[in-house]
Amino acid sequence: MNDIAVRADADKVALDDIDVSDPKLYQDDTWYPYFARLRREDPVHYCRQSLYGPYWSVTKYKDIMQVEVNHQVYSSASELGGIAVEDQPKDMDRPSFIRMDPPKHDEQRMVVSPVVAPGNLANMEGLIRERTIKVLEGLPRGETFDWVDKVSVELTTMMLATLFDYPWDDRRQLTYWSDVAIANVRSPESPVHSEEEKFAELTKMTEALGKLFNERAQLPPKFDLLSMLAHGEATRNMPFREFMGTLSLLIVGGNDTTRNSMTGGVMALNEHPGEYQKLRDDPSLIPSMVSEVIRYVTPVIHMRRTAKEDSEIGGKQIKKGDKVVMWYVSGNRDPEAIEDPDNFIIDRARPRQHLSFGFGIHRCVGNRLAELQLRILWEELLPRYPVIEVMGPARRTYSNFIHGIRSLPVRIPA
Amino acid sequence: MPKITYIEHSGREHQVEVPVGLSVMRGAVDNNIPGIDADCGGECACATCHVYVDAAWLDATGTPVPGSQEASMLSFAALAQPNSRLSCQIAVSDALDGLVVRMPEGQH
Repeated sequence: MNDIAVRADADKVALDDIDVSDPKLYQDDTWYPYFARLRREDPVHYCRQSLYGPYWSVTKYKDIMQVEVNHQVYSSASELGGIAVEDQPKDMDRPSFIRMDPPKHDEQRMVVSPVVAPGNLANMEGLIRERTIKVLEGLPRGETFDWVDKVSVELTTMMLATLFDYPWDDRRQLTYWSDVAIANVRSPESPVHSEEEKFAELTKMTEALGKLFNERAQLPPKFDLLSMLAHGEATRNMPFREFMGTLSLLIVGGNDTTRNSMTGGVMALNEHPGEYQKLRDDPSLIPSMVSEVIRYVTPVIHMRRTAKEDSEIGGKQIKKGDKVVMWYVSGNRDPEAIEDPDNFIIDRARPRQHLSFGFGIHRCVGNRLAELQLRILWEELLPRYPVIEVMGPARRTYSNFIHGIRSLPVRIPA
Repeated sequence: MPKITYIEHSGREHQVEVPVGLSVMRGAVDNNIPGIDADCGGECACATCHVYVDAAWLDATGTPVPGSQEASMLSFAALAQPNSRLSCQIAVSDALDGLVVRMPEGQH
């Protein structure tokens, strides 16, 4: 469907038949008008039938915030189904602190959070900048190349290898496992095609990283994620699947989201040439542009909770056991919370006010690192290459969870 | 109106008057005092308005109730100390006239 057909469909389809969990909406980038209609007509919407069973959609900023801060009622627990609209298969579920409630969530999260504390970020800034410069200096001029592979994946994979202190030459294995962890196995483009195959690949990841974990458990603590997990009271003895889940969480969280913001920024600036020029004229806007990119791109499409008791959101009665899905893509475009939300405006009054990192106890632990990586990328990019031209359409990921961009052809003028 | 002193991590001081009933966070944001981000706008949901309450004022402001949302959020704030509070959860009152708060090295 083209844009006009999509808009027409979104406006005439029966409300009951709207199913925003369809991954195709995100692959085709046609999700927008369905959410605009839900926010207008039925902001807390019940979908009776979907591939993932019945679920509630929460589409407005303030309602999402209400769910975010009430973890006593809206649980993330893996046993209840976890944090995505699609449950992990029962015998293959992979708990991790994002799929836990307090107190266990708190204990495990606190083990890893020092890696992204302000002092450590300041220590890492020089290294990140040096690598960013090297990657940018190596880019071809006057020819079309894939921004995702050459820049976004390269930079975020390097970051991940550093955070894990992973063997440098094998670092693309981390990217592969990240892609496996988020893969929708029904997509032809998926690196794995069944839940069993996904589990088998993640088992290999767990064994490879488990070997390093065991080695580091024998050595004095150092400041990488594996060593921190190996020495952390709450994480040193995790069962196999919990270890697998925790590694998947840190690998996906530590790269995939930032990867897509690195690509999405180039796209957004190309779609809004006036804003691109504003940025060239005043590079001090970079930090605020970075926040705006993160809002506009919304790298995580949704998070799901499960109601532990009967409750109410936006006047709707939620029953104990119901799936409640917070659509960040929609809340970030809610005009009641964000002025002129469909526009990409790099000098907004409060650019950090967006839902992309989530709120409440599960708020993205690495949000400051992500901002730092993006800020450095643009600080080094602008003076070198004031123009990055988008040469064709982006290919997007078939997923209702990660708002992924698989490739983007670009050109740096010769 | 109660006067509140905000001290940035660099040591730079800002003394401003904040109306009774507003939060200490709001006082900083409304006066463009750097060092407090308040990304969530005062919902106790982001821990980016973290401050250290001056020892002399701890009795007046109190400390977070264990198990509360504030305590939970603060447990993830980098650099939390026993005198840490989320400033969106401190309501300005006449009893806090003269309050001194310090900012951490960064908001997480």
